[in-house]
Amino acid sequence: MSLKRVVITGTGSVSPFGRGSDTLMDALLAGRSAVRNIPDLERIGGLRSRVAALVPSIDPKEIPRKFRRSMSPMSVYATLACYDALAQAGLSHEECGSGLLGVSVGSTVGSTATTEEFFRDFFIDHSLERMKTTFFFQIMNHSCAANVAQALGVTGRILAPSAACSTGSHAVGYAYEMIAMGRQEQMLCGGTDEFHPLTAATFDVMNAASVHFNDSPTRTPRPFDRERDGVVCAEGAGILLLESLDAALARRAPILAEVIGFATLSDPSSIANPDAGAMERCMQLALADAGIGADEVDYVNAHATATEQGDVAESEAIFRIFGDRVPVSSLKGHLGHTMAASGSIELLACVGMMGRNVLVPTLNLENVDPACTPLNYLRQAESGSVKVIIKNNFALGGVNSSIVLRSYPHD
Amino acid sequence: MTDQEIIERINSSLAEEFELDLGEMTPETTLYGDLGLDSLDTVDMVIVLEGAFGFKIREEETIREIRTLDDIHRFVINKKRQMDERA
Repeated sequence: MSLKRVVITGTGSVSPFGRGSDTLMDALLAGRSAVRNIPDLERIGGLRSRVAALVPSIDPKEIPRKFRRSMSPMSVYATLACYDALAQAGLSHEECGSGLLGVSVGSTVGSTATTEEFFRDFFIDHSLERMKTTFFFQIMNHSCAANVAQALGVTGRILAPSAACSTGSHAVGYAYEMIAMGRQEQMLCGGTDEFHPLTAATFDVMNAASVHFNDSPTRTPRPFDRERDGVVCAEGAGILLLESLDAALARRAPILAEVIGFATLSDPSSIANPDAGAMERCMQLALADAGIGADEVDYVNAHATATEQGDVAESEAIFRIFGDRVPVSSLKGHLGHTMAASGSIELLACVGMMGRNVLVPTLNLENVDPACTPLNYLRQAESGSVKVIIKNNFALGGVNSSIVLRSYPHD
Repeated sequence: MTDQEIIERINSSLAEEFELDLGEMTPETTLYGDLGLDSLDTVDMVIVLEGAFGFKIREEETIREIRTLDDIHRFVINKKRQMDERA
């Protein structure tokens, strides 16, 4: 069976820099950091990491109350990002109900803050009498996908991947495959997450959270740097509108880039520690899916969260395939780790890099860790034609994924 | 608490919960037609009123007959009166 070509016609982002893909790109290219000291984290006993990158104030009331009442912040972020992706693609909300469009939006977990709120009240007298009807809709595993679909009247497929830090890439990758197979013409896809202290704690208890830069937050995280000390948790949403090339051309939609490859695999060697061999296989599978060789890739957007084991293993995997030729950077230095959203926020930033013909360097990378392989680490923005990008996402639980983008020729 | 104070508390509680405009909340305003509330909102409205007035009304049969804000006002005023008489 012949597969359809799949293109990106819209992007929407709610990131720690604010709302909008251009806002994100401008901040990345200006070398800004969104990481801040969060004083509230001091109240949590045992939590050493007190930095995070949080979404600045946005107005959720753009979403009608009927739909917003069942949304925690992560669904709000995703819905607003969907609004923007649709607007850029020139697709109206009414057209979302055509049945041709589906939704693939995931988060790491349902809303932890909402769950906490419920149990704080519940433990007063173990009574359910004060429980609001919308509680459950905010903690469902598919809360964000369902809320987005409801708010937009989507009648096509609905999918809610949950694969920790690979969630955003999974959401996009599976959407790409559905369109390629002709099951849907269009998919709103991506990841979204909201910050909760337990997220930072998850990494802190594994000694994988940044703890040495609480008083100088913009200096962390530090992917690939010898002074790096771990993950900085963040929040946000990244949404892409994917559609078949045929559908995009028929609509005369703006084509921002083409998705040409996706691969995901399980790394059963450890639930927590990454393996360079599995990362390498994942990238090779993605290149094979794209039908291209490593020599055709212009840039690798690394997952690189600034943990020792992750950065070293990924640098090894990249080196085995690309040597020291291809520019490599991680956007975690600017954004922190937006968890489920990281795959899709960083992917749409890659789309932005293609559109602007510039590569964003790794913020806070000053001295490459000698334990990392000798890659072409980007430490300053690099201008030039960017035609093919591979973007990695590697998650706790051994979930690896890579996506390959190609610029679309506009004749 | 006077009847007027009860009505004001009902309206302000519902306005806050359901993001309503107090100026548009007249006695004849219908919950489903005018305010666009639905079955989920109705359940939450009961919880809001229980919290605001300290009574339990969820199992009351007459709640099912409520259609307008005036119905709510009269229901709560009546319920409060019963409570005060028992006290």
